[in-house]
Amino acid sequence: MAFLSLLAATAGSSSMLHLKPVDLLIIVIYFIFVLAIGFYLKKFASTGDDFFMAGRKMTAWIAGLSFISANLSSLETMGWSAMAYQYGMLGAHGYLIGAIPAILFLAIVMMPFYYISRTHSVPGYLQLRYGEGSRSVAGISFSFMTIAVSGASMFAMAKILNLLLGWDMNISIWVASLTVAVYVTLGGLLSAVFNEVLQFFLIWLGSLLIPILGIIHAGGWGKMMEAVQRNVAVIHPAVQNADFTSLWQNLGSFGSNPMGIDWFGMFFGQGIAVAFGYWCTDFLQVQRVIVAKDLRSAQNGTIIGAALKMMVPLIVTIPGLLGLAVLMNSDGSPMVLVPESDPRAGITHNTFNDVLPLLMGKYLGPGLLGLGVTAMIAGFMSGMAGNVSAFATVWTHDVYKPLINKKGSDRHYLHMGRWSSVIGVLLSIATAYTLFFFSNILEYLQVLVFFFIVPLFGTVILGMLWKRATPAGGFWGFLIAILFSISMWAFVHTFPHGYQPQPKATLSRGAEVLLTRGDTARPGAISYISIESGTLDLVNVPLYGHERGGEFTVQEQPLYMREVAPLRKTAAPIQILAPEVVVANTREQHKFGVAAVPARISPGVKVRSTFISRRFDPAAFNPDHVKVIARSEKAKPMAVNMYSAWWSLVVCLLVTIVVSLFTKPKPDAELKNLVMGLTPLPREEAGAWYQKPLLWAGVVFAAFVAINLLFW
Amino acid sequence: MEQKEQQIPIWFFIGAIVLIYGVLITGTGILNWLSPPPAAERVALWQLHTDLWWGLLLLAIGTFYVLKFKPASERRK
Repeated sequence: MAFLSLLAATAGSSSMLHLKPVDLLIIVIYFIFVLAIGFYLKKFASTGDDFFMAGRKMTAWIAGLSFISANLSSLETMGWSAMAYQYGMLGAHGYLIGAIPAILFLAIVMMPFYYISRTHSVPGYLQLRYGEGSRSVAGISFSFMTIAVSGASMFAMAKILNLLLGWDMNISIWVASLTVAVYVTLGGLLSAVFNEVLQFFLIWLGSLLIPILGIIHAGGWGKMMEAVQRNVAVIHPAVQNADFTSLWQNLGSFGSNPMGIDWFGMFFGQGIAVAFGYWCTDFLQVQRVIVAKDLRSAQNGTIIGAALKMMVPLIVTIPGLLGLAVLMNSDGSPMVLVPESDPRAGITHNTFNDVLPLLMGKYLGPGLLGLGVTAMIAGFMSGMAGNVSAFATVWTHDVYKPLINKKGSDRHYLHMGRWSSVIGVLLSIATAYTLFFFSNILEYLQVLVFFFIVPLFGTVILGMLWKRATPAGGFWGFLIAILFSISMWAFVHTFPHGYQPQPKATLSRGAEVLLTRGDTARPGAISYISIESGTLDLVNVPLYGHERGGEFTVQEQPLYMREVAPLRKTAAPIQILAPEVVVANTREQHKFGVAAVPARISPGVKVRSTFISRRFDPAAFNPDHVKVIARSEKAKPMAVNMYSAWWSLVVCLLVTIVVSLFTKPKPDAELKNLVMGLTPLPREEAGAWYQKPLLWAGVVFAAFVAINLLFW
Repeated sequence: MEQKEQQIPIWFFIGAIVLIYGVLITGTGILNWLSPPPAAERVALWQLHTDLWWGLLLLAIGTFYVLKFKPASERRK
C-alpha cells in the first residue's frame, strides 16, 4: 500500500483527477487478472486451431459478448462520447442505423456461408470464392488496417491516462500494449476472447454509474434534454440553431444539424456502406462469431451482440449529452469544451474528447473512480487485443502461408501466430506515435473503414449471393474500389490553388505580455495584447509595416497585428496561443488562447514569420471538392466520409458486375458451400422455437425500429 | 469456456474480480460514510453514498458468479 500511496501522490500532482491508493489497487488487480488468465490459458492453446480459432467451441453467449466487447474499444467510450457532445443525438446513430441492420444481416444472411465454408478468416473466404488474388489484396490491406486501428486505440488510451493520472504517454502505451502482447501471445484467440468477456462486465460496471448519476443530477431525462438544447447556444455557437436532440427529423438538409450531413448520407453512407462493411466483413468482428461451436450458436451469438450494441448508447451517448447539460464552470455558466484544432484546446479549455473523464471526475469518488478508469483501460485493451489476434490470424493464414511458406507444419504456423502477435503490437506502437496527424480519433477510423472494409463488403456479398461473379470480377472490383476510395480521400484534401492554414501567432515560453481585458461585447475577456519580450512565431500573419516573412527583431517602432488576416479567397481570424507566458506588470505566470484580438509587438521582440500555402493537406477539406463527393459544400468531415463510403461501395459493385459479365465464372462444383443456391443450409425447424435465430433477429429489429421512432 | 474438461469457466474469473472490487468499494463506502471527506474533496451527489450501494451490488454479483461457477462444482456436473 505504501507503493500505491507514493504512486497516487506522484500521479495526482500534475493530473486532472486525483486517484487514491484504492483506485490504483483496483487498476493493478485488473492487470494481474488479465495476465494471470493469459498464463493460465497457454496450455489450452497447443494447436493452430486452438490458437487462431479458440478450438471452435464457443457458446452463443460467449461469442456474442466477445463480438461486442472487441468493438467496445477506446474509440467507442471516448470517441463516441465526444461525438455526442459535438453532434448531440446524431452520435447515437453509430449504434442504431450504423450497426443493427448490418449485424442482423450478418447473422441471418452471411453467417451460414462463413460458417459452412469452414474458413479461417474473411480473406480466407475470398480465396475459396474468388481465388488467391483477392485473398492477397484483402489479407495485406486488412493486416495494415488492424495495425492502424490498434495504434489508434493505444494513442487514445495513452492520452486519457495522461489526462486522468498524469502518467507519461510513452509509459502508458508500452505498459498496456506489452500486457496485451503477453496474454494474446500466450493464449491466442482463446485468451483474447476470455479477456473480452471479462472486460465487457468491467466496462458496464465501471461506466453505468455516470449516466445514472448524471440523469439524477440533471433532474431527469426531460430536464437533461432541455438543458442540452439551452446550453448549445453557448457551447456550439456556430450551429446554435441546429437540433441536438433528434435522430432523424433534423436530417432534412446539411445545415439543420450539427454533423453537416443529410438523410441520404446517413442512411446510405453510414447505414449501408460503412455499417455493412464494418460489421459484415471486418474480420476482427466476424472472427468472434465464426468460432462458435455450431452455426446456430454463431447466429444467435451475433444477434446477442446486436441487442447489446443497442444498449451501448447508455454508457456512451448519454455521457456526451450530459457533458452539454451538467458540466458547469464555477460561475454557473456552461463549461465549453473545444475541438483539438481550437486555439484554446489544452491551454484554457478541455477538448471534446475529455467529456467522459470530466464526468468521471465529477461523479466518481475513491474506489468508483478506480473502477471507472479500469473500465476505460479494459475497453482500450480489448480493442487492442481484438486487433492483434485478428492480425495474427490473417497474417499467418492469408499472407504468410499462401505467399511466403506454404509447407509449414501446424506447429510452425502456431509459432508464427505467436510471433506475429508480438510484431503486431510493436507495429501498433509505432502507429500510435504517428497519430497526432489527425485531430479527431474517430475520423481516423472512418478513413480506414472506407479505404478497405467497404469495398471488401461489396466483393464478399456479391460472391455470396451471385454465383455468376467471377474471380476476375472479384479481384478488379475490390482493387479498383480501394484505389477509388484513396483517390476520393486525396481529392477532398487537394487544393489546386493552394491551402493556407489558419493564421496563427504562438508566443514562446517565458515571453512577457500586458493584457487589457473587457469590452462591451465580452466583459472580462482579453481585448488587447501587448507583447513585451520573447519570441513570436507567426504563420500566415501579416504585420502592419512588415508584410513579408522572415526572421527579425522588432526595432525602435512597435509593430501591430490585425485581428484577421487575408487568405486567398477570404479572411480568417488570427489565433494567438500563449501556453506559458508571464504578465509583465504582475510577474504572474499565465496561459491563454484567443482569436481575433488585436496585438502590439514591442521593440526587442524576436519574430519568426512564415507564409504557408499547401497543395495537399490531410487535415483540411476543399469545399469545392467536397461538393462533388457529398453533394454540398456545407457537408462536414463526417458527411464526406459517409458519402465516400457509399461511392466506393457503388464502384465496387459496378466494377465486379461488369468485369464478371465479360469473364468466365467458376463451375458450380467449385462454388459448393460458398454461394447462395449451392449451399445446403440447416433446416430452421430443428430445435426449440426459442432457439431460432430468425425469431430473435425479428425481436431485435422491432426494438431497433421502436427506438428510432421514440427519438425521431 | 466450459467445453474443455479441465478449464475453469470464464464466469468464475468474472465473479472473482467483481467480488474483489465489491469488497474494496464497499469498504471505501463504509469508511467515507463513517468519516466523510472534506467538503472540497466531495464529488457531486456525494450524499447519495453511491460507493456503498454500488459496492454492495458488485459484491452480490461477484458472489453469485463465484458460487455458481466455482471449479469444484463445475467438475461435479
